[in-house]
Amino acid sequence: MPMQAHEIEALLRETFPDADIQVGGSDGVHMSAVVVDESFRGKNRVQQQRAVYAALKGKMDGSDGELHALALTTKAPE
Amino acid sequence: MTDVNNRIDEIVKAADVVLFMKGTKDMPQCGFSSRVAGVLNYIGLDYSDVNVLADEEIRQGIKDYSDWPTIPQLYVKGEFVGGCDIVTEMTLSGELDTMFEDNGVAFNKDAADKIREANAQ
Repeated sequence: MPMQAHEIEALLRETFPDADIQVGGSDGVHMSAVVVDESFRGKNRVQQQRAVYAALKGKMDGSDGELHALALTTKAPE
Repeated sequence: MTDVNNRIDEIVKAADVVLFMKGTKDMPQCGFSSRVAGVLNYIGLDYSDVNVLADEEIRQGIKDYSDWPTIPQLYVKGEFVGGCDIVTEMTLSGELDTMFEDNGVAFNKDAADKIREANAQ
């Protein structure tokens, strides 16, 4: 069952309440997300993106994961 | 450590650069894997490709091993570097070049520059 943009945003918002989050994509399977959050400051890209994948709580990694692909851009606020 | 972890451990330490991907470097079977393999092929990098579609145990095991839910996954000198987004960003920023240079991994610098020129908006 593909995920809608607002569902992804809601899930991310739980972990990143103050972040600037933009979710794109329309087919619910190949989606994109930009997450700008203070918690990323000082972390490298792998650590930042791991935190985002953890926030998605397994929606991605099962073979029946609803979300097949999430193009991710993460950074700390300038 | 489970035996699949041991297997993966050996694989990532057996070559300087290892790419876990869907398909093979010559026949990628997923857009994201194809993009990363494409970059590595274009810059003439010698790397070991592991087709996770041919080995279900590795396909699931690699996600636990690196705590990273998606494929492809790039490893340099046994260290997890990232997936398609990160490798793409690092290619365009030049960090990929620095990482390879720092690890004594040979590649074609002009080709890497060409990728950046082609992507410079």
